Amino acid sequence: MAEAIFWFNAFIAVLTAAVVVLHRNPVVEALALALHLCSIAVFFVLLEAPFAAVIQVILYAGAIMVLFLFVVMLLDPGGEGKAGRAGKIQLAATLLGAGAFLAALLPVALAAGAGELPPPVHPGFGGVRTFGQLLFTEYLFPFEAASVLLLSAMIGALYLAKRELD
Amino acid sequence: MVPTGHFLALSAVLFTMGVIGVLTRRSALVIFMSIELMLNAANLAFVTMARGGPAMEGQVFAFFVMAVAAAEAAVGLGIIVAIFRRRKTTDVDQVAQMKW
Repeated sequence: MAEAIFWFNAFIAVLTAAVVVLHRNPVVEALALALHLCSIAVFFVLLEAPFAAVIQVILYAGAIMVLFLFVVMLLDPGGEGKAGRAGKIQLAATLLGAGAFLAALLPVALAAGAGELPPPVHPGFGGVRTFGQLLFTEYLFPFEAASVLLLSAMIGALYLAKRELD
Repeated sequence: MVPTGHFLALSAVLFTMGVIGVLTRRSALVIFMSIELMLNAANLAFVTMARGGPAMEGQVFAFFVMAVAAAEAAVGLGIIVAIFRRRKTTDVDQVAQMKW
């Protein structure tokens, strides 16, 4: 069962990623990206990470993608499609480089799991309780640093928006 | 249960697709979306490693990656809108100069 879900979902993830990379219309691309993020959330569920899956859907597919769609609608999507692509040489170099990168990475990735099944986890693994306990004890400093980062990002975004109004 | 190697291989494929998107597309918005693809591929690898351990640290890392991605999206999209207001384009080839 888990295998069937994995392969179906992997198909969806690769297909939507291809649409994001190849399609001409930014609105279609943004919606494909939203679907892609949801499919990643399904992988998180398969990997015993329910809380990560929930915040993936709420934060990524919800908040960030809505922001993306807002901006896509704000900027003229029709003119966006004609923005053009890389030239032939650039395209060939990119595909060559990406192919070499993938050829180097794939054997390592497949060998890392080595086909064995991961050990079973204790109940509560990946749940809100264990997550919160880790965040507020061992990772308290990165947690606070992330809040400062979000605050500064918010101030920066407000500054950018305000300068436009002046 | 699926072996963790499959998840890592899929993460590698998705990351490579994001790289191709960043390198071949010329619209700043699409480049931004491709960056999100790469961030998600990295997140998938983190959560996969957390499952393989099993250790929660990988999931906590993925959480922080999401927080950074949210901050990055807010500022990055703000910059793209500011550039578009001023230049009427988001083509990165036309915004290649650091100073106008």
